[in-house]
Amino acid sequence: MAHAKLTCPDDLAAFRGQAREVLNAYRARVLVCMTGCRARGAVALGQAFRAKLAGAGLDQEVAVVDVGCHGQCSRAPLVLIEPDEFLYGNVEPEDVDEIIEETLRNGRPVERLCASENGKVAAKRDDVAFYKHQSHQVLRHCGRIDPRRIEDTVAQGGYEAVAKALCSMTPEEVIDEVREAGLRGRGGAGFPTGIKWGFCRKAPGNEKYLICNADEGDPGAFMDRALLEGTPHQVLEGMIIAAYAIGAGRGFIYVRAEYPIAVEHIGIAIEQARACGLLGEDILGSDFCFDVEVRMGAGAFVCGEETALIASLEGERGMPRPRPPFPANEGFLGKPTNINNVETFANVPIIIAEGKERYGALGTEGSKGTKIFALAGRVKDTGLVEVPMGATFREIVFDVGGGIPDGREFKAAQTGGPSGGCVPAEFLDLPIDYDSVQKVGAIMGSGGLVVMDDRTCMVDMARFFLEFTQDESCGKCVPCRVGTRHMVDTLTRICAGEGKPGDTDELERLATVVKTGSLCGLGQTAPNPVLTTIRYFRDEYEAHVNEKRCPAGVCKNLITYSISEETCKGCRLCKKACKVDAITGEKKQVHVIDTPKCIRCGLCMDVCPFKSVLVS
Amino acid sequence: MSCACEIDMSLAGGVLDSMEEKRRGEGRSVTTQDLIPLLQEVQAAYGYLPPPVLVWISEQTGIPTSRMYGVITFYSQFYLEPHGRHTIRCCQGTACHVKGSKRIGEAIKQELDIEEGGTTDDMRYTFEAVACLGTCFLAPVIMIDNDYYGQLTSNKIPAILASYD
Repeated sequence: MAHAKLTCPDDLAAFRGQAREVLNAYRARVLVCMTGCRARGAVALGQAFRAKLAGAGLDQEVAVVDVGCHGQCSRAPLVLIEPDEFLYGNVEPEDVDEIIEETLRNGRPVERLCASENGKVAAKRDDVAFYKHQSHQVLRHCGRIDPRRIEDTVAQGGYEAVAKALCSMTPEEVIDEVREAGLRGRGGAGFPTGIKWGFCRKAPGNEKYLICNADEGDPGAFMDRALLEGTPHQVLEGMIIAAYAIGAGRGFIYVRAEYPIAVEHIGIAIEQARACGLLGEDILGSDFCFDVEVRMGAGAFVCGEETALIASLEGERGMPRPRPPFPANEGFLGKPTNINNVETFANVPIIIAEGKERYGALGTEGSKGTKIFALAGRVKDTGLVEVPMGATFREIVFDVGGGIPDGREFKAAQTGGPSGGCVPAEFLDLPIDYDSVQKVGAIMGSGGLVVMDDRTCMVDMARFFLEFTQDESCGKCVPCRVGTRHMVDTLTRICAGEGKPGDTDELERLATVVKTGSLCGLGQTAPNPVLTTIRYFRDEYEAHVNEKRCPAGVCKNLITYSISEETCKGCRLCKKACKVDAITGEKKQVHVIDTPKCIRCGLCMDVCPFKSVLVS
Repeated sequence: MSCACEIDMSLAGGVLDSMEEKRRGEGRSVTTQDLIPLLQEVQAAYGYLPPPVLVWISEQTGIPTSRMYGVITFYSQFYLEPHGRHTIRCCQGTACHVKGSKRIGEAIKQELDIEEGGTTDDMRYTFEAVACLGTCFLAPVIMIDNDYYGQLTSNKIPAILASYD
């Protein structure tokens, strides 16, 4: 759906007018998430809406739009109805007739598909607790537009910031605006974006590069994925403005191959922007030229580190190199290069379009704006959350996320992925920004926030992260390569019940060595999960080492499975599931697990319909 | 490993031609800079990276095979052996770990009688453990080819695996 080339800001305004007219021709819109919700049947749902609306003769007045993430992924597949703003969750194709009749014909909500709290139905999106406590700024168009249609983005004011920057601001003014807005890198390190751009702008040379780091490798993080899938033009817009500011003519988006929908959507967005003259030569009639290429990662976590990412783009093994020289001076092919994260770029059009004052009104003194978090783990409502900087863990986990399911206790929140740390319950009221989270030994990171309850073993968590970083260590420097290996070995021993007195202290010592001696961010932050779990959950380490006990009932060698005599109905499901014939018992009789034979795989626990399999 | 005479080099020729054309548009030829996208496309064409094809590409482009080997063995998505017809990716991300992904992996291994990274003898499945699929709200989750299976328990595995041929 290419549009004629736009040669000046007035062309863009005309295009926006046309696009709005097309949108306004419909009296209602059915917004079906066609990204994350695809995993739960959104494709069939979208088809059902289209077919049934056509059958009801409503397809000329009601539009069905494939959109990006609505946020509350735990209720997938989600459908939002405009203009009523009814948000329906767990929608099946069978529900479509009722939605058409009740909502699209009669304007009433289908209450059984709405969120409810304490028996009270919240039909409108903004009345749902999950959304009530959020502030959607960067995500404002995510879930409202078809990411594969540039018209939808332009109708919402897309590319106006590009027009403003290119046609009415100097590159220095753009840099000043972003710097004074207080935008800091959303990839985790929190370096002021405007200052970073300034370095690259001032670096000598005419050939400069811009890179969008979409190698979102932190396990438990999916913010960048949602942005690229749901609002790819916003990211491109930020890149064009950044390229103008630093004077780059060519850009790359380095995206994980594990994100096929993101790769597809950003590719479509680039083609459309090119066709409209928003990428390429003389953008919007200015003399600024810039084009972008998508490169897919090949599965190496360390490539999220900027120098390793550049090595990978150059066709090398993704190994970091010491800085300085920083990429701003010597980056891709030795030329000045600026790298920012997806979410950072997505913030830029908002700053340029609305001004630094309005942008800076949200957030804390040192961290302006909002932050998107990927809320996951042992929390009722998982999904994508955007809150002002300075929101507390309690607000995110309990107000937005609805707290811990099954009446369990909050134990810790893991932020920043393998580079971060576990923040315990005593800091639930800590305002989250770059600086405060660092003070308690973790990092805010790129936005992964995994909630843990009392069923999570903190030693096992530390081992999990260290295994990950050990596996992903590129092997270039000794502290990271050998140090993380020793730490994994020690942690594995502790989890296996073979820990020795002094192991915990040794781990702490080794962690400090790895942290201070490693070459890049991967090694320098790898010990954080170990250090924070020792700092806040030392008693769990002691229980594993001294009492050979795993308080959370997770570590295989330290637990035994048994079957409750009171609740076992003798259904034989566990007996059938057991691969090592460790379960005996007659039909309708209480079954028994032969502990020496049991390999503690937990299959019996999963199949038991009566929750009769116990761990101790 | 297959012998060179069974391998259709025209697939690699097609990949190389289209990349050369793209680079010509940028006023340059295919160099080591293009190695990773090149390998990705070759792997997409053959399902894996057949060594004879790599040798042929090396001859055409001048990129040393040693350099290719270094890159292939560094990145987890490249493989030198053929994969099964279907690839199972078991997510090992944090959210999946917290929600018991280990048991899911165990169930797959038991059901197919293979280890992590292994392929079944009938070439039906290759089983990989991956860092994070970015679908944490579905945890614990696996992907078979491009299909997601979320909120799994280990007892659901046999039926899912039986549904692919």
